[in-house]
Amino acid sequence: MRFSIYRYDPDKDDKPYMQDYDIELEPSDRMLLDALIRIKSIDDSLSLRRSCREGVCGSDAMNINGRNGLACITPVAGLKEPVELRPLPGLPVIRDLIVDMTQFFKQYHSIKPYLINNDPPPETERLQSPEEKAELDGAYECILCACCTTACPSFWWNPDKFVGPAGLLQAYRFLADSRDQASAERLDNLEDPYRLFRCHSIMNCVDACPKGLNPTSAIGKIKDMMVKRTV
Amino acid sequence: MAIARRKFDAVIVGAGGAGMRAALQLSEAGLKVAVLSKVFPTRSHTVAAQGGIAAALGNVTEDNWHWHMYDTVKGSDYLGDQDAIEFMCRQANEVVYELEHFGMPFDRLENGKIYQRPFGGMSQNFGGAQATRSCAAADRTGHAMLHTLYQRNVRANTQFFVEWMGLDLIRDEQGDVLGVTALEMETGEVMVLQAKATLFATGGAGRIFHASTNAFINTGDGLGMAARAGIPLEDMEFWQFHPTGVYGVGVLISEAVRGEGGYLLNKDGERFMQRYAPHAKDLASRDVVSRALTTEIKEGRGCGKDADHLLLKLDHLGADVINMRLPGIREIAIKFAQVDPINEPIPVAPTAHYMMGGIPSNFHGQVVAPYKTGPEEVVQGFYAVGECACVSVHGANRLGTNSLLDIVVFGRAAGNQIIEDLKKNPHHKPLPADATDKVLARLARLDAQKDGENVAQVGTDLRKTMQAHCGVFRFADMLKQGVTKIGEVAERVAQTEIKDKSRVFNTARVEALELDNLVEVALATMVSAEARNESRGAHARDDFPQRDDDKWLKHTLYFSEGRRLDYKPVRLKPLTVESFPPKPRVY
Repeated sequence: MRFSIYRYDPDKDDKPYMQDYDIELEPSDRMLLDALIRIKSIDDSLSLRRSCREGVCGSDAMNINGRNGLACITPVAGLKEPVELRPLPGLPVIRDLIVDMTQFFKQYHSIKPYLINNDPPPETERLQSPEEKAELDGAYECILCACCTTACPSFWWNPDKFVGPAGLLQAYRFLADSRDQASAERLDNLEDPYRLFRCHSIMNCVDACPKGLNPTSAIGKIKDMMVKRTV
Repeated sequence: MAIARRKFDAVIVGAGGAGMRAALQLSEAGLKVAVLSKVFPTRSHTVAAQGGIAAALGNVTEDNWHWHMYDTVKGSDYLGDQDAIEFMCRQANEVVYELEHFGMPFDRLENGKIYQRPFGGMSQNFGGAQATRSCAAADRTGHAMLHTLYQRNVRANTQFFVEWMGLDLIRDEQGDVLGVTALEMETGEVMVLQAKATLFATGGAGRIFHASTNAFINTGDGLGMAARAGIPLEDMEFWQFHPTGVYGVGVLISEAVRGEGGYLLNKDGERFMQRYAPHAKDLASRDVVSRALTTEIKEGRGCGKDADHLLLKLDHLGADVINMRLPGIREIAIKFAQVDPINEPIPVAPTAHYMMGGIPSNFHGQVVAPYKTGPEEVVQGFYAVGECACVSVHGANRLGTNSLLDIVVFGRAAGNQIIEDLKKNPHHKPLPADATDKVLARLARLDAQKDGENVAQVGTDLRKTMQAHCGVFRFADMLKQGVTKIGEVAERVAQTEIKDKSRVFNTARVEALELDNLVEVALATMVSAEARNESRGAHARDDFPQRDDDKWLKHTLYFSEGRRLDYKPVRLKPLTVESFPPKPRVY
């Protein structure tokens, strides 16, 4: 199978280049990550992140034939050849397929991604109905892979000012939690021309999410909350 | 070469559930703590835990911690230390409520309480009816827990060193631990992190086996570092093979499938577990179920053209239950087995999953090793929790959902112990002059190696050797050959070569250093297994099919130097209740 992979090692390369590989896959190499590991066993300088190999840790996000996705849950069968692999767009490249995610996590941290409840905790669990819990479904499952945020043109233009779909999905996860008491503070934190409102519902994020989550819908709900509190 | 040095009150290696629970305790106490992790914290392998966390909340059926303790002792095949097991089960409710207060998104019952489901080996009333004890967030409990603990650490302003790999322990002449050397992966810099307390929470090492549910990062780094520093490894012959890894791929299919009512079938469509465990059937302990699957395959009742797997049926649960309680399983089955479990059974086979052994520690998280006064002597300044530690609460076989409990109970306990110990020892001890000599020599050897072997190839041979010689059933001749073969692999590991010499994010170097750790774990496992002439829990010897309490009711200690074995007694006396004496184990 033929691959064309973005290579850049700042230790030795003046500029990035695309390297071609043509390798024989084994029948057990079903996912793109399996193929990349086979390439790495031949050329150990190819650098990428990977861990769980089952789509729950979020390490191996990359741009695959022009779309962001996780290598470990992308079947090689059906990929157009040569398979063109690049690092996630919009973030600085450290080396090869490894990007610097500092800006992504800075935005995640900016939404105060933790439950705020200042009441003394009860002796047992805080009660929450199944319906209240269901409000968190589709939001808490995010694996912070950055496929969505780095597919978003609004983030490319303003990575320092726009929270981005992943961060906003988590902002919604805490706004929607019946146990959280900081809704007003959370909405204040997003009431800004950039942080929330740079989302123009382009919906690349929905297309890119390997977990089938819908950040655009969550962002819409946050916008509704903003409107409701002003009227 | 001058090496940069930084000082902290505490250094934690590993940012999974155990490391982050300990970090939270220390950060909130105002200590200066550094948490090192090879991966961003939410990518740690805790994220892959599926079914739940055990606690006798009694939200669905009557329950209490003492019943949970009995199940854990029995599940351990009486090799678990009963003081530590009492400690864990007594604290279970409190730590689960605490996680809920931290914001963990548990599923809920109609009355608003935490949802619980049945799991294997869990009973009411000391071996009676099935208990419903596993607190769950769908089939993503580990993900929900790990993200919650990370979030809480963000709130506490914990200092993370992301994509740093621990290389070696620093010990002085008295044997006290004074910190670690570590590699910053992005820059290739080596640094000394000096600490009054060093806590290992480096997780498991399931990557010593060819077929494994474990992530690539699970390479036993903490065990390798401890072994090279002269600390023994305890009970390394006990590895859990999970009954239901996806056939041919190894990805985990949670026991929650059987907890929710799924069951296993052989090629004749028979529910074979009723022959092996008439009472608990598919919810017997994992060692029992894995042996049953292996026996079915061996006796020709496996499925598929090679008759080498079994089927896990759950379509009868209905689409609603599957989508609500097992959505992640459905996703995995569709992606990795190409079957939608709403319509079809999932092909499964036993797969290496969890290391019951590890760095010997007590229930305060302190590492203990024989030195002057006996096997329970505390190694000053050194702590270990989670899968890398052997407390031992899991003994010869861990019960499902006790691992998530283990990591939060002992993560918290170690944090509290470190806070107390630092009051007594408020100053850093001086570093020995040769603190970094060995690790720098190891790195220099790797960089200078010419005509050496490919890391991936040696790693593959290591995993295939472990798989063939030390699997679900173990045979004397295979183990004996296995010790020789893994010794040969160890010699090759010392001669590996990497072509990539870059300083920047050199993952080839990282993988070579991981192999140094994997081979310590593999040697400890094979040597310990070859010596234990009995069958207990997950260690099933073909030539010694019975448990032998007279000779073998004891913990193994493996020392890397000389590949020597020693033994120490099991702690049969609990903290406050009566001991559970060994008796025949049936499900």
